[in-house]
Amino acid sequence: MTHEAPKNGVFGIVAEFTTPEEVLSAARRTKEAGYEKVEAYTPFPVHGLADALGPEDHRVKWIIFWGGVAGAIGGFYMQWWVSAVAYPHNVGGKPLFSWPAFVPITFECMVLIASFAAVIGMLALSGLPRPHHPIFDAKNFDRASRDRFFLCIEADDPAFDPEEVTRFLRSLGAQDVSEVPA
Amino acid sequence: MAIKEEFRPDSEQHTQLITGEQTYQSLEDSISLVVLDQQRHKSNWYLVAGLGFLGVNMLMLTVAYLLYMGIGIWGNNQPVGWAFDIINFVWWIGIGHAGTLISAILLLMRQPWRNSINRFAEAMTLFAVMCAAMFPLLHTGRPWVAAYWLFPYPNWMGILPQFRSPLMWDVFAVSTYFTVSAIFWYVGLIPDFATLRDKAKKIWLARLFGVFAMGWRGAARHWQRYESAYLILAGLSTPLVLSVHSIVSLDFASSIVVGWNTTLFPPYFVAGAIFAGFAMVIILAIPIRKWYGLDHIVTMKHMDWMAKIMLATGMIVCYGYFCEMFYAFYSGESYELQAMEARLTGPYWFLYYALWFCNFFAIQPLWVPAVRRNLSALFWISIIVSIGMWLERFVIIPLSLNRDYVPGSWHMYYPTAWDFSMFFGTVGFFVFMMWLFVRFVPAINIFEMKDLLYKLRLSARHSDKGSSEPAGGGAHE
Repeated sequence: MTHEAPKNGVFGIVAEFTTPEEVLSAARRTKEAGYEKVEAYTPFPVHGLADALGPEDHRVKWIIFWGGVAGAIGGFYMQWWVSAVAYPHNVGGKPLFSWPAFVPITFECMVLIASFAAVIGMLALSGLPRPHHPIFDAKNFDRASRDRFFLCIEADDPAFDPEEVTRFLRSLGAQDVSEVPA
Repeated sequence: MAIKEEFRPDSEQHTQLITGEQTYQSLEDSISLVVLDQQRHKSNWYLVAGLGFLGVNMLMLTVAYLLYMGIGIWGNNQPVGWAFDIINFVWWIGIGHAGTLISAILLLMRQPWRNSINRFAEAMTLFAVMCAAMFPLLHTGRPWVAAYWLFPYPNWMGILPQFRSPLMWDVFAVSTYFTVSAIFWYVGLIPDFATLRDKAKKIWLARLFGVFAMGWRGAARHWQRYESAYLILAGLSTPLVLSVHSIVSLDFASSIVVGWNTTLFPPYFVAGAIFAGFAMVIILAIPIRKWYGLDHIVTMKHMDWMAKIMLATGMIVCYGYFCEMFYAFYSGESYELQAMEARLTGPYWFLYYALWFCNFFAIQPLWVPAVRRNLSALFWISIIVSIGMWLERFVIIPLSLNRDYVPGSWHMYYPTAWDFSMFFGTVGFFVFMMWLFVRFVPAINIFEMKDLLYKLRLSARHSDKGSSEPAGGGAHE
């Protein structure tokens, strides 16, 4: 989601709602009306909202999965290399490649790398950390993390027309509709 | 789906997760003002934090002397090579486990009551694991010298660690556990830091929280990724927490020391960890909810449920004690019988009976609902349980070591003043860190409480309509 080429110094038009149900139905109707560059901002996760705005992003699950695979293979390989190749050492007559004893650390490495993948993947796919974003200039937006629910139709939407979008958002029952400077 | 049944919208319990007439703003204020309005921290905060700080100083002095003199200042010596250092390590790690249980396992089981207590239980995990890690690290004498056999890094000696040893597994398990717990905790905090950023009146404070919030703006697509990452982190933490204490128990169980070499140890240790951990959550929750007016968020229902889990895991632990006796008897092994006899009638007999008192008899009143809802009773029972779980580790470790296979090498173990100052020093460190946490970080998850409030309202509305639809039980669907 890159926000390039804003139209006339406008990032988008944002509508403010007071309940999760309102923003959810507004999001659905916005998509039905054919707008594509739409994002909602809520103080807590509203289920179905991401789905209403477009296909859900399942990449993070795969990033975690492959992180886990890499961790497990890496952990197991490290133990094999240390125990059988780099530092072969006879401990109690056990074989050098005594794989059952390597299972716990393989598991721990799997969890460790998968967890890093989860956080880094989740943040990177969302473009975070990002110190500033135009939406922060929206009117009343400091309540988006508190008790208000926002829906923004962005200026790079092909069907974007400031008056039309404002009228449309008002028709959705928004408490307030305002323009966000780019 | 027995769990879901309990959360039917018409169930009375459901409404008790948040009491009083609440709005998003009132919930947010009651949690965030503890951080934003520093005037709310009165003399009792300074008293507890001050005592904790004294402990921190005692710890620093002890560690300085320990590094100067070496571990000879402790009481452990052959044949009791492991004593306070490992007792305290296992005790602290165990306390940490309740935090992960609450944050991860209860999340997977869709238990919405976890939302009110998971944040500070996770913080408790972090600080408890820090305390725990100090003991084995300092037991190496000089940890920076010991690094080569703890972690596989290329060194000029050409020596690498021994991965077949449970002690190595422990290094990886505990360091992974700490890292993953810290990640999980921080991820949970990101949206709350954004709330604090938007709520802070001072610009420097808003900027500081803004840095920690990493530009979180609550976008729906971000929430969706956030929730899927958070849920999978919980799924990863669940087997992790079980593996950590199982591996800790394998430090003992894979040896041939009498009283240690049993297959019972992993589940018995995990149950004991959760038992001790819930006791510590209760000990911390009672004063914090009272002093900061959070009793509408951490309600009596939470206390009741935590007490029930404490009772259930306590009974599992006691079952473990019976099993240990039975194993000794059924093995017919003279050394095992002798070790059990030493527990019952040996020189440390009083510790073994104190253990039974603390972990078995003292928790029996919890069967009575009125006791579970009596905060002072609950507080003191939890203190007794914490002592009891410490005694359990004492009974397991020095009692098995001080009488080994050769009677000629039997030797009594007595801790020294340095052992105690190190232990109470870590207690002080833990308390100090917890009290700093309560003051500077939102101690309860703000956005999950709002989500819970929304769902409770939704389900209340459904039940008004007489709908049979089950309530949105979990915080994360």
